[in-house]
Amino acid sequence: MPRFGGVFCTVNSTRGMYNRAVDIQARNSMTYEGMLAETIAFRGHKGDVGEAYYARPLGGGPWPGVVLIHHMPGWDWWIKEATRTLAYHGFATISPHLYFRDGPGSPDDVGARVRAAGGGADEQVIGDVAGAMEFLRAQPYANGKVGVIGFCSGGRHTYLVACSLPDIDAAVDCWGGNVIVNDPKQLNAKRPVAPIDLTEKMRCPLLGLFGNDDENPNRDQVNRTEALLKKLGKNYEFHRYDGAGHAFFNAARVAYRPEQALDGWNKVFAFFQMHLTTPAAARAA
Amino acid sequence: MCSYIVEKARLFGSAKGPNGWMRIDTANVYYDHPFHAPLDHALGIDFINEAEGARERVAVELSAQSARDLVEKILAALASGESAHGKFTAAAPIAAE
Repeated sequence: MPRFGGVFCTVNSTRGMYNRAVDIQARNSMTYEGMLAETIAFRGHKGDVGEAYYARPLGGGPWPGVVLIHHMPGWDWWIKEATRTLAYHGFATISPHLYFRDGPGSPDDVGARVRAAGGGADEQVIGDVAGAMEFLRAQPYANGKVGVIGFCSGGRHTYLVACSLPDIDAAVDCWGGNVIVNDPKQLNAKRPVAPIDLTEKMRCPLLGLFGNDDENPNRDQVNRTEALLKKLGKNYEFHRYDGAGHAFFNAARVAYRPEQALDGWNKVFAFFQMHLTTPAAARAA
Repeated sequence: MCSYIVEKARLFGSAKGPNGWMRIDTANVYYDHPFHAPLDHALGIDFINEAEGARERVAVELSAQSARDLVEKILAALASGESAHGKFTAAAPIAAE
């Protein structure tokens, strides 16, 4: 049986010669595809060294970069899967473990510790994202463009960094809750400002994806956020999905809605392609 | 929703975790996205020993209905236990060892 993999070996000379010819023929007609996904060290807020999950397409690039901000439960399987998904689509993607200072331990145990301590500080998250962006831009195959995407609390963080860091090229807020804070008592030393109050400072294009059945953010909050973005003349696009609630991309949860998630992912890829891909990177992808 | 709202219950007792039995002094109780249970939201309880740094936990994730049922069963077990053994009225817990 001829094999169409990339491994060359012979069992006997006649058969081996045949397989080798078929392999070479097959390989010449294939487009090479590869990805490297691994844990790396990065320098975050105040120079703290932490861990991040990093997935990138193999080959010379140039590749655009994406920082993926994990949700409140932590740096789990699905977050790493989403990181690899973006790499598959041509984006060198880094997901910093925002709770690395609270380790060691499994991501869920560390996440539980952080929850009990009232969550991470916004300032620290902004510093960690800035560090992750610096890591991406320092890679020899980077095209220099960097986007940010976040899910759930990471969506809120995305909105926050889009208003706080000057060099983000595109941001995707996936159902970030608490962008609007109705009760000032919810503000504290760790989260001193409601992200919505920073909207004037947003400098990059924003894509927002939301489920209409979500309770945080609910429809009214999404509408109010959009109204402010519109009023301030920001570059944004919002998409709302019927039949979907919170975390509808997350295949590890019952909230997963495949149709809506597929459409949403395609919007993410198109948005990043539009804002992060340079002509050279588009050719490489 | 992703929230940081946690109810803390101070308690006295023990729990069995991956490294065996441990003393616990706190239960962190929250209702949010679970890590493992196939639910949109779950009632989570983390039993920890905060005095010793809370490096280990014994965790459960329950559906809202399961949690309510459990509350009832805990109260029922206490009632029947106290009926059989008498009500425990000591002001402070007695260490078992």
